[in-house]
Amino acid sequence: MSALATPPQERPPRLRTDPSGSWRAWPLRDRVLLGLCWAAGLALIAIAALIVLYMLVKGVQYLRPELLWDRPEASIDQSRSGGFLDPILGTVLIVVGALVIAAPLGVATAVWLTEYGKPKWLARMVESGIEVIAGTPSIVLALFGLAFFAQGGLGFLSATGEGGAVFGRSLLICCAVLSLEALPLIVGATREGLLSTPRHVREASYALGKTRAATIHRVLLPVARPNIATGCALGMGRVAGDTAVVLLLGGGTLQLTTNGSIPGLNYLQGTGSTLTTYVYANSPSGEGGAPEKAYAAAFLLLALVLVLNWAVDRIARGSNERLGWTR
Amino acid sequence: MSGWWSDRRVGPALGSAGVLVLAIIAGMTVYVLREAWPSFSANGLAWFGTGGDANVQLENIFRSEPPFEYMLRAWPLLYGTLLSSGGAVIFGLVLSTLTAVFIVEFAPPSVVRILEPVVRLLAGVPSVIYGLIGVLVLVPFLNDHLISTERKESVFYVIQLTGQSLLVATALLTIMIVPIMIAIAVDALRSVPSSWTEGALALGANRMRVMWTIALRAARPALVAGAVLALARALGEAIMLAMVSGGVIFAPNPLDGSTFFFEPIQPLAAAIVQGAEGITVKPYGQTLFAFAAVIMVSSVGLSITGWAVRRRLRRFAA
Repeated sequence: MSALATPPQERPPRLRTDPSGSWRAWPLRDRVLLGLCWAAGLALIAIAALIVLYMLVKGVQYLRPELLWDRPEASIDQSRSGGFLDPILGTVLIVVGALVIAAPLGVATAVWLTEYGKPKWLARMVESGIEVIAGTPSIVLALFGLAFFAQGGLGFLSATGEGGAVFGRSLLICCAVLSLEALPLIVGATREGLLSTPRHVREASYALGKTRAATIHRVLLPVARPNIATGCALGMGRVAGDTAVVLLLGGGTLQLTTNGSIPGLNYLQGTGSTLTTYVYANSPSGEGGAPEKAYAAAFLLLALVLVLNWAVDRIARGSNERLGWTR
Repeated sequence: MSGWWSDRRVGPALGSAGVLVLAIIAGMTVYVLREAWPSFSANGLAWFGTGGDANVQLENIFRSEPPFEYMLRAWPLLYGTLLSSGGAVIFGLVLSTLTAVFIVEFAPPSVVRILEPVVRLLAGVPSVIYGLIGVLVLVPFLNDHLISTERKESVFYVIQLTGQSLLVATALLTIMIVPIMIAIAVDALRSVPSSWTEGALALGANRMRVMWTIALRAARPALVAGAVLALARALGEAIMLAMVSGGVIFAPNPLDGSTFFFEPIQPLAAAIVQGAEGITVKPYGQTLFAFAAVIMVSSVGLSITGWAVRRRLRRFAA
């Protein structure tokens, strides 16, 4: 995963010597391979373009402004089943919640791995542990969350039924489980930033009498800020796009429900849906057969992912300009 | 910056975040295996075998009263998982190798500037959108145009062909796992020492030969690592596969010829999503946890393998 978490860097132009002249002089098998390379590259571009264009057409066709601020209702009659205000709010809640949990944890882990990393065996275990979490499918994380949060002691996180049975499903629990999905991306990007900071930056700080902790706080974290931001944006995209966890742990209600008495927190403790589960529920695979609304919500979701992708690009480009002094 | 924030405290404080990560993994293993245990212990190794109709067995598990029924032969589900993810990784390996070579060596800079964001976009598209496109576009297209009525009638007494098929599942899965493979392959090809490739060029090999015989061979461990990580991703893909595979557990038969590709599959992860509503029913939920345990063990094993391969690669490059 860390390979995808790396922000694109400005690299020196590759030397393209071409001693054998143009490809026309190549043997046939090499020309065929070259053609296949072009075909593969162009096919990927075509697939991406088709997906985006298709969703754009369907989105423009079916997205009505009122869908954005109507609350969803369970109804077979599609003119009465409302819009997707609640799923939008649910997505926002979950993305923010998961990031609040994952960002400090991820940055701390990355800083520890690169700056301390002792004892070494522990660092190596943590490093492979991050890789394991990155490779664990979200459906497994969802089932783990289901088994873990349905324990009696953790009942305050979700609704409890009659007689103290813990429901084990709430947006807060979704946030906790989804933060695990964002974690490897944040760790990977932060480490990348710290590792690419040259030694002399640290040494200059030590020479001024700063402690290691002060160096991290005052020098390294500010330098790595664009990388942290990249990791967070990637993590947000991953969380916003996840369906399995919310499907199993979100409680399965279309509307946001409240639970508990603390305003603000009660929404997190309640159940709800996100754009992804809304799409799933309205597709032919879910119970609702409302493909128009699924398309409209999917368009919104894709737009969100595109914006986050664009943000990653912007952050990476901006950091290359501003942080030239460290190189 | 003195007092509490001294070096002696900050190190362990940050380290505890790392230890928490390990604790979460340990917790996950324990909780999932504990929930899954009844299903494995009731069936023994036969759990992984064939026998009977898995649809009926799951139905019986769902309806059973105490003492619970756990009898399940999960081979059709395992087979579906292997077919879809194995096929996707094989196609993905070809597609990603060609694309990586293209990006690194042959694409004009303007095309690279498009292709790199495209790869990141394909990695970022949520699986539910792939699933939606699959179930609303590809499946109906297959059903209306590619599967002839004769073909449907030829297997009518075994399975109904609706377009929800191995073909659609594998195709979409390939697109979903290709970005990670390309990212790893491109990284590796770029880190091949330029003295090697330039040496080969100087000896008169053309650029394609150089990529094929020098760069790709040097980057082979990375291609393996990419394939392994992609396989872990493919095994666990649940939502998209649940949307494009029908609700029926079926093991496509390669002896059916080309009809094989149009037969439905039901991978493990998809079966969990489709059974999610009944997960609170005790024996059924435990069976679903057993599916998750199989996925978990294999994907953890694959991730560690991929990590180890890539780690060795880094040492080799340094």
